[in-house]
Amino acid sequence: MIVAEQKPFEEIRRMIAPYGRVLILGCGTCMTVCDAGGEREVLFVHNALRLAQAKSGDGTHTFSEYTLKRQCDPEFLDLLVDEIADVDVILSLGCGIGVQAIAEQFPELPVLPGVNTSFMGMTKESGVWDERCAACGDCRLEETAGICPITRCTKGILNGPCAGTKNGKCEANKDMDCAWVLIYKRLERLGQLEKIRRYYPPRNFRAIPRPKRIISKAGFDEGGGDG
Amino acid sequence: MANSLFEEKLYSNDFLVTTEVGPPKGADVSETIHHIDLLKDKVDAINITDHQSSVMRFPSLGGCLLVKERGGEPIFQVTCRDRNRLALQADFLLAYSRGINNVLCLTGDSIDVGDHKEAKPVFDLDSVQLLKMIRTMESGTDIEGNELKGAPKFCVGASVHPEADFIEPQLVKFEKKVAAGAQFFQTQGIFDLENLRRFMQYASQFNVKILAGIIVLASAGMARYMNKSVPGIIVSQAIIDELAGVEKGKGLQKGIEIAVRSIKTIREENLCHGVHIMAVGNEGIVPEILEAAELVGMSP
Repeated sequence: MIVAEQKPFEEIRRMIAPYGRVLILGCGTCMTVCDAGGEREVLFVHNALRLAQAKSGDGTHTFSEYTLKRQCDPEFLDLLVDEIADVDVILSLGCGIGVQAIAEQFPELPVLPGVNTSFMGMTKESGVWDERCAACGDCRLEETAGICPITRCTKGILNGPCAGTKNGKCEANKDMDCAWVLIYKRLERLGQLEKIRRYYPPRNFRAIPRPKRIISKAGFDEGGGDG
Repeated sequence: MANSLFEEKLYSNDFLVTTEVGPPKGADVSETIHHIDLLKDKVDAINITDHQSSVMRFPSLGGCLLVKERGGEPIFQVTCRDRNRLALQADFLLAYSRGINNVLCLTGDSIDVGDHKEAKPVFDLDSVQLLKMIRTMESGTDIEGNELKGAPKFCVGASVHPEADFIEPQLVKFEKKVAAGAQFFQTQGIFDLENLRRFMQYASQFNVKILAGIIVLASAGMARYMNKSVPGIIVSQAIIDELAGVEKGKGLQKGIEIAVRSIKTIREENLCHGVHIMAVGNEGIVPEILEAAELVGMSP
């Protein structure tokens, strides 16, 4: 899933300053799971903004709230038509994709990001999420015992550890496991150490032209395609 | 014919001595030139570091040009941290065209340990791929197979970490570097010669020259700091205790003594093919170390 963190409250207040009627919009999928922008966080941000406004004695803003099942899908965004009739801005607690989907769907309406989209990852334990995939477009987990060096090695190198690893940790962050130590140990356990002995050539960065588009094979065939 | 003076030495049976000079933080190169002049006739080659510890400095290639200007033999340290494959190849062409024919291929320290922590880390290649790239260029094409008008030729080195606390994957990488064309290795700082002995028992099966890295410590505090903050450095407790045992202000003297002792043992016991002395900021003391270790007059 996509993992994000809520933006600092003061930054949110600064962003909404020019607008009167603010719709705080949550997202029911990834942002809910990572506690950054689901229904609960929408309520929390809403209350915090109201409280801050009351405290400062400035009555510029009115707030409303809503949480969609998914912000990254036009079908769900259609449900917003009534909600946005009387607002000046959407403060989206969706990921960066949600924010952009809103911008594309509603060309006249400003949209603000309420979270910093951080990475694709998984829940490690309650309240802890770890990055696991960099969407490099050229998956090599078969060679590395299911542990991604692109994502989990700070240098994203392919031919084994650098010399900076100490106590199994990374030179860039002493709380972070060295991906190559993990890969070596797991390959050893699996009896596949020959995989780390192979030479891996430089990465192909053309596998990730930005922005990227994937066209479903089924849809392509049905439509007949145009080449 | 050898590609460089250093390569010629590499294949003699002489005990090899290299050292390093860190370029300045700034455009004033007078102190660097002073250090080069002090060292150029006393060692077989001078490494110029490449934004060591990810701290932005005068470039390695620029430092190598200074070594050439002063009549010395440079080793161009190249990391993959700051340049993609286009820039790296271009720098090798420039280096070769100016007679800089020795390179040391490194992955490079992480951006996070340096003084520009918000910079974009490149790492388009790693050290093994960098070595391979040089060998490809030597064959007359760039790494995409496009013909080069004038192919470079280098004497190519790499680094290895015999004191790593988990040595197996480091040895895998060492073998990949050998296979990718490394001719010599300058090791990370060695503080416990037992680790070097063990490493050499393994490494002597390969046809490469090993220069043991000797870091000159200036105090117990510096040793502890390096253990904590410098990637790949593991100073043994015995050395820290030895440094801590001297009165204030005498730390560097003790550090020199320890370095000299290591060098002498390495040479007497013929543990490896040479030493690479890293005085990290105290380049001026290297001649004293060479003299005390009875390495003076061996070069050129």
